[in-house]
Amino acid sequence: MESIIAFLSQNMEIIYILILSVFLGIEVISHVPSVLHTPLMSGANAIHGVVIIGAIIVMGQAEPDNYLALTLGFLAVILGTLNVVGGFVVTDRMLELFKKKKK
Amino acid sequence: MEDKILDIIYLIGSITFIIGLKGLSHPDTARRGNLIAAFGMTIAIAGTIFLKRNENGEAFSTSNIVLIFVALLIGSILGVLGAKKVKMTAMPQMVSLFNGMGGACAAIISVIEYQHSFKMGDYGYLGTVLAGLLIGSISFSGSMIAFGKLNGNINDKTIPGQSIINLILMVALIATGAYLTTLQEPSMPLLGMLTLGCLIYGVFFVMPIGGADMPVVISLLNSFTGVAAALGGFIYNNKVMLTGGILVGSAGTILTILMCKAMNRSLMNVIIGSFGGGSSGAAAIGNSALGTIKEISVTDAAVLLSYSKKVMIVPGYGLAVAQAQHACHELETLLEEKGVEVKYAIHPVAGRMPGHMNVLLAEADVPYPKLLEMEDANNEFNSTDAVIVIGANDVVNPAAKKNPQSPIYGMPILEVENAHNVIVMKRGMAAGYAGIENELFYEPKTRMLFGDAKATLQKLITEVKAN
Repeated sequence: MESIIAFLSQNMEIIYILILSVFLGIEVISHVPSVLHTPLMSGANAIHGVVIIGAIIVMGQAEPDNYLALTLGFLAVILGTLNVVGGFVVTDRMLELFKKKKK
Repeated sequence: MEDKILDIIYLIGSITFIIGLKGLSHPDTARRGNLIAAFGMTIAIAGTIFLKRNENGEAFSTSNIVLIFVALLIGSILGVLGAKKVKMTAMPQMVSLFNGMGGACAAIISVIEYQHSFKMGDYGYLGTVLAGLLIGSISFSGSMIAFGKLNGNINDKTIPGQSIINLILMVALIATGAYLTTLQEPSMPLLGMLTLGCLIYGVFFVMPIGGADMPVVISLLNSFTGVAAALGGFIYNNKVMLTGGILVGSAGTILTILMCKAMNRSLMNVIIGSFGGGSSGAAAIGNSALGTIKEISVTDAAVLLSYSKKVMIVPGYGLAVAQAQHACHELETLLEEKGVEVKYAIHPVAGRMPGHMNVLLAEADVPYPKLLEMEDANNEFNSTDAVIVIGANDVVNPAAKKNPQSPIYGMPILEVENAHNVIVMKRGMAAGYAGIENELFYEPKTRMLFGDAKATLQKLITEVKAN
């Protein structure tokens, strides 16, 4: 029990962010019309590509002789980039279509 | 100093993600929103590379930075090529593929951080790392299966007792993960087994789920990857990963629930696949008790449409498969030139994922105001002379309203039977995804027009021109 309380109070800031983000995510999505669900899924998909930051940190801080971290980190950065770049480009392609016919 | 600037960059990044998602809530601002989020991502990545300092205040070594840029370049080239080449109809599997990449990225980070976490002796941290591995690898293998299924490479397969096997596997995985946190020394073999188990679970999880439920699963896996990214944020105490990941995690969950609602199914039902799997094979139709099927010739259909005042087009999955959206738009403009009012009735789950039909029709330059959402369309069917149903089936099945025994009972449908005439374009008499009869086809006012949607539309266009 004490350790749980200690854990909570140590990470209070992160827990605040977490809870507020959960509600923010729900709030933002509930206003999206169904016509935009596909681009939305794709756009959200690109945003979780932010996991690449972790891959970059692993890769950047890897010791020159830690081949496991270097190899896996390299792979992770490639995969993360695919997620980010592919996600944003695909979303943009879809949204471009919505824009064109507005004129 | 650099660390503080980086914190500010991460703050800006987090804000751009929120603005980006917010922008996506309206067609006018959606594209800008997406670009804003992309900008935020770019500065967050660049900031991390150049400003990130380790515990001793050292920057990344030059050789590592070079390697990072090589990896970024490879990923960008592959990503842009894949994203530019993909056809609009293949969009759902592409999203799934990219999602899987993110999941794999999160899983790999966890594998590397596993050993690191022992040096720190922080077990909360270790638990986070393992949770990231669990969720990331399930998301990866699940997304790959979803990709394969949507791409037509993998068929639905259900092992008897699948849901029980899945449950046992899940419990075993969590138990293994929990056991790993109690060890005093890192155990790579056990970690390897855990990873393998998670990958297998991902496969088992998606394998029995039917094609039409796939969007729900992709959306769910999307939110999984979001959570995996947020766990990465915990690991590195990195706020932009945390906010980005959680935003997507919660948004994805809500989106998943919205999709389930549109199909009138519970999430549990989709996952266990009580009518999803097995029944996707075409149950033969032709039950004479329901009446007879009447066909219409292309010429008669053309005449009927040309002399209607108001025509409603109901596009479905079949239109997407046949890539007939351009032909459909051509028919629409042709009829409009003849003074016919033409509109589209879009069911929320028409196409392969929600909103997919809107994208396909947008690609064919169909004006936005012509697309009616379900409720508006249902109000207009009474005054509609002719409805053309193109490759849709379950979403226009009156059994959803009339027959409480029907598996789709309660699903909101497009009430096309209220229109004066109904033309149904279908490849053949196979049942729809739910594998059930559609009484609509036997209604006296319904006429069937068999054939490939694109070819038939083109014939129809020629005939309408001749009229």
